[in-house]
Amino acid sequence: MADSRPLSPHLSIWKWRVHMATSIFHRISGNALVFAGLTLFAWWLAAAATSKEAYASFAAVADSPIGWIVWVGLSWMFFQHLMSGIRHLIMDSGWGYALGTSKMTATWVFVGAILLTAAFWAVFFFGPGLR
Amino acid sequence: MATDFQSASGLKRVRGLGSARSGAHHWWLQRVTAAGNLVLLIWFVASVLMLPNLSHSGVTAWIAQPLVAVPLILLIFSTFWHARLGVQVMIEDYVHAEGLKLLAFIALNFFILAAGAVATFSVLAIAFGA
Repeated sequence: MADSRPLSPHLSIWKWRVHMATSIFHRISGNALVFAGLTLFAWWLAAAATSKEAYASFAAVADSPIGWIVWVGLSWMFFQHLMSGIRHLIMDSGWGYALGTSKMTATWVFVGAILLTAAFWAVFFFGPGLR
Repeated sequence: MATDFQSASGLKRVRGLGSARSGAHHWWLQRVTAAGNLVLLIWFVASVLMLPNLSHSGVTAWIAQPLVAVPLILLIFSTFWHARLGVQVMIEDYVHAEGLKLLAFIALNFFILAAGAVATFSVLAIAFGA
């Protein structure tokens, strides 16, 4: 009975387009931010609250090669989700549904996310703070 | 007849097959928490980039300030709530077996509440100097 109900989305009917890529990357980046990002965020806070030793073991993982891959990946996922999230909020207002406009904003989501990620790490390594 | 329709839709709702009547509220909260995340995460990223270092003493001294601890707790509530709403929609889209869907919802809520509680308590512990 439940199986005969119409289901959405239609997972087998699609074609690669920058707009659909923006949509699925919003979901992928969101889940990465939840299950990797928020978990690491909670661990970081808990380690800081527990002891110097607990913080050192977090820092050892965070500063490892795998840790750095995760930070770079998460920062990109963060800016990707931020950009497509802003696009969602703008489209919620009713603007940007014309095909050309939608394609243009979707393209800017990917370009903007990469530019912001690069800018973040530039400030991280060469900015006024952090070392 | 009217009563029959009434009970039929009531039964459907019990089985989780009809409208839960909370879709618009869910949609709206997703947007409100998105706006909260936008403001609080820009503050967080900019603040962390301005810290002199990420050492234990440096980070705990930073978090212990009232005007850091409070926005940090707001950020935890906003992001974890937003995360719960977003992952819920993903489960609804991909998991169609009723039992598995229910288990996924419970696991999601446990994860969000547990990690959120750990994060919130940690900020408070640092702020109150435990």
